Amino acid sequence: MNYEAVIGLEVHVQVRTASKMFTRVAAGFGAPENSLTDPVVLALPGALPVMNREALNQVVKAGLMLGCAIAPVCKWDRKNYFYPDSPKNYQISQYDNPICVGGSVEIELPGASRNVMGAHRAVALTRIHLEEDVGKLTHGAGGSLIDFNRAGTPLMEIVSEPDLRSADEAFAYLTALKTIMIYGGISDCDMEKGQMRCDANVSIRPVGATALGTKVELKNLNSISFVRAGIAHEIRRQVSVVERGGAIVQETRDYDGQTGASQSLRSKEMAHDYRYFPDPDLMPVRVDEAWKARIRAGCPELPFDKQRRFLSEYQVPYTITSVLVPDRALSDFFEEAARLSGKPQAAGNWIANDLLRELGRAGIPLGASRVRPAHVAGLVKLVEAGAIPGPAAREVFAAMMETGEAPEVIVDRRGLRAGTDAGELEQWCREALAGDARSVADFKAGKDSAINAFKGPVMRAAKGKANPKLVDETLRRLLRDA
Amino acid sequence: MSRPADLDIDHVARLARISLSEEEKAAFSGQLGDVLAYIALLKEVDVSGVEPTAHAFPVENVWAEDVAQPGLPVEAALRNAPARRDNLFAVPKVVE
Amino acid sequence: MSAELIFKPITELASLLAEGKVSSVELMRAHVARTRAVDPRLQAFNSFDEADALSQAAASDGRRAAGASRGPLDGIPVGMKDVISVAGQPLTASSRMLANYVSPYDATVTRRLREAGAIIWGRLNLDEFAMGSSTENSATRTTGNPWDLTRVPGGSSGGSAAAVAAGEAAAALGSDTGGSIRQPAALCGVVGLKPTYGLVSRYGLIAFASSLDQIGPFARSVEDTAITLGAIAGHDPLDSTSLRNPIPDYRAGLDRPGATWKLGIAREYFAEGLDPEVAAAVERAVDHYRSIGCEIREVSLPHTKYAVGAYYIIATAECSSNLSRYDGVRYGHRSAEAADAVDLYFKSRAEGFGAEVKRRIILGTYVLSSGYYDAYYLRAQKVRTLIRRDFLNAFREVDAILTPTSPTAAFRKGERAADPLAMYLSDIYTIGVNLAGLPGISVPCGFTRGRLPIGLQIIGKPFGEADMLAIARAYERDHAWSAQHPEMNGA
Ligand SMILES: [Mg+2]
Ligand SMILES: [Zn+2]
Repeated sequence: MNYEAVIGLEVHVQVRTASKMFTRVAAGFGAPENSLTDPVVLALPGALPVMNREALNQVVKAGLMLGCAIAPVCKWDRKNYFYPDSPKNYQISQYDNPICVGGSVEIELPGASRNVMGAHRAVALTRIHLEEDVGKLTHGAGGSLIDFNRAGTPLMEIVSEPDLRSADEAFAYLTALKTIMIYGGISDCDMEKGQMRCDANVSIRPVGATALGTKVELKNLNSISFVRAGIAHEIRRQVSVVERGGAIVQETRDYDGQTGASQSLRSKEMAHDYRYFPDPDLMPVRVDEAWKARIRAGCPELPFDKQRRFLSEYQVPYTITSVLVPDRALSDFFEEAARLSGKPQAAGNWIANDLLRELGRAGIPLGASRVRPAHVAGLVKLVEAGAIPGPAAREVFAAMMETGEAPEVIVDRRGLRAGTDAGELEQWCREALAGDARSVADFKAGKDSAINAFKGPVMRAAKGKANPKLVDETLRRLLRDA
Repeated sequence: MSRPADLDIDHVARLARISLSEEEKAAFSGQLGDVLAYIALLKEVDVSGVEPTAHAFPVENVWAEDVAQPGLPVEAALRNAPARRDNLFAVPKVVE
Repeated sequence: MSAELIFKPITELASLLAEGKVSSVELMRAHVARTRAVDPRLQAFNSFDEADALSQAAASDGRRAAGASRGPLDGIPVGMKDVISVAGQPLTASSRMLANYVSPYDATVTRRLREAGAIIWGRLNLDEFAMGSSTENSATRTTGNPWDLTRVPGGSSGGSAAAVAAGEAAAALGSDTGGSIRQPAALCGVVGLKPTYGLVSRYGLIAFASSLDQIGPFARSVEDTAITLGAIAGHDPLDSTSLRNPIPDYRAGLDRPGATWKLGIAREYFAEGLDPEVAAAVERAVDHYRSIGCEIREVSLPHTKYAVGAYYIIATAECSSNLSRYDGVRYGHRSAEAADAVDLYFKSRAEGFGAEVKRRIILGTYVLSSGYYDAYYLRAQKVRTLIRRDFLNAFREVDAILTPTSPTAAFRKGERAADPLAMYLSDIYTIGVNLAGLPGISVPCGFTRGRLPIGLQIIGKPFGEADMLAIARAYERDHAWSAQHPEMNGA
């Protein structure tokens, strides 16, 4: 029998704000242990929460970017459970009234090859709600230690419908979601810093069946690749259990990305009963049309929309757009260079190939690059105008990377400019034609390749500095007139 | 004293993370039975179409601007800690 | 001098201080002496910091000398219920759980009192975590009633009421979730005011039931109460439930000779269980209002009998969650016996909390637990709507409602300790006010034959504290109950 997987993802994303969700002490990563606390974070007696307006803005933005309905009124609920990393032993969250409902994430499935665009589809979302993060526990031999710096950081929980069918789709979903969050400035989604965390609910069923199988929750999937590997492993495990005549038990499993194995978390916890109820310390939130309009005005173009635009408007191939678009800054860099040069394809090539390669080699982020869009545009223009030959252009690019000087300056100083004296070039061409009457006759008789016979002598005369394109054009003009 | 029909005191005490002695369980069951019997009076109220009151005077959108302010110095944060190691709060082993 | 100082009203003390007839340090010394003399028997204070109080007094004298006095509270000792944070001072909630806890920050009311120049004086006893009506649930001590030390001072703010009645503090702050200011005020023969929900910031108050808790003043006169309330009221950005209503000058609006009001009497508040002596005293107070030209109207509060039930669902549900933070991890009592972190919770909380707190956490956990939420919590919140609606309907007809504060005068220690339900019913007249978020004040309105104080409760409209205080003053002006003080001779 063939089985298909049914997968739903719960993704927690830390929302980028200056202060915490319900108090104004700074939020951040990497500060000295327990240096980002206050009476609210530590749940000291008498402390009260006050919500962070910017965190709400950010979640409304995420909701609008993902096509969610924004609840006109939502409220805060307490989720009651005891754990040492949770200072109040309840988490302020949203239960039956999340701020965002529905919506979807557009994903791209793997294409036939890396150079071919794969199919796109929308993965349905259930909801997005806002809550607060917990502290960080480390387990040692003698006991456990707690740092509450992370506690109270605004946290967005994005819940998908059980709408994913494979580990690859889950990978594509997380990749797309991460790109969108970074585009919106909502989160940096650095999984290593815990800014994005994913739990997966996985079940299998015979292909064609509509009922859902028993689901297993996978936890601690702490990189996008581990999510893919963990889900793939879980699907195989479930299929093999069922094929051996076994039954899937509802449980939570921990996938170890290092060993590639998973194990059941034998939870000492009793059955969960979170005793949700409305938090009496907080007032409800109303998101009106004006607020939504204000946020919408600040929403960036979605990555896949931008990719479609690059493909159609600029005629830049998929191999290039698939490199440029996932990085908002890089795609902005490209658009600037395309606009300044008027030659998007050439600009795209330089950026996606040479620029990224050189930055990568030097370990420099785009923001710190000495080469700016105007440099790329200038270089493209020089090449297009025939002012410098191809090999020289590479040399100019390398020099720009190093010095940040304008390409024109580099070309002139290094004497790289092509023999641009049109009269001189024409003279060399005339001499070449005069010296090979037979090839002239061949060309006139319709043998186009005969033109190549003149190029060698012209290049020799120009000592290699003539622009091949210009040589070709000049020869054709003269042949036409001859 | 009346024992409540469906108050499973062991279960509830577990949810509340309080260990109760046998005497406490017996006493609380009886006392809370009385209270619950009294509270049952509420069942006679017709609440159809009545909205619940969460706040006596609700207002919306009570928030603060996102401007970071200084918090507690580390020593003040840990001052009341029953146990610490360096600048971390220490607890007995968390058994997963 | 000092013996005469301790029962003087704040208004008079302020004049003496302004005229230089007494210094704040002398005044503070008088209160320290009085406390040292009577508190070993009264047991109102969990702790006090004499050196700190005297240095605050010296600072007040310095301001006055420099012509920078901050008003009528500058240099006046104000006691604090031991659930209100004072930076650098213990904050115990009268619980073993917080026996060694020191708060690192000031509550907003503490900060406001300091800004008014008041001396933050002592930590006053209460029922553990403010849960109770007799202060017998304290884990630290049993406070007596200054009028009869064998009796309770009421609760949960029993220490605050007793300290003010006994002259240990000129005023005090308490907190009121279901009557915890008004009931002990009535039982101790002082004035106690519970503000409209949202008038006074809860930031820094140990939460019992967040949607019901309010901090309010105790004092020996209506005017002193108005002054103290004025100092602590007002919007606080650190409390999301704090409201932005403007704060009038409560003291300035107090005396309105010739003013009359329409006052309501609710039949439901004069029902069975009401002690006849209390009923008679309240009826005499009503007669007084009639005699000065007020119109007395009967109003109906038909959902009154459901108030205690709704209250015990809502208050315990909220407390079960609010008290989850007391787990021995970051602060508070930690069991020495714990084998692991989960065990730590069970044992620390078992050892740290007293019986009533455990009982309420259990009840609150139960009513919120899976399968019971709708039947209990949601239904109680709906009944709360009906109770609130009753009051708002009544306030279309009247300016305030007059009721007994407590069905009985102070009862004997131990009398109701074994019967939680009987204890809960002590709050039958005060609880509705909390559910509806209204202001209420208890003023002394006489004594029983056994010389125990009786309280009259005046319930005001939302944010109607100014009128409510003026109505209280219109009674007090003609009744010198507050000139009588307990002798403190008993037991
Ligand atoms: Mg915890
Ligand atoms: Zn979550």
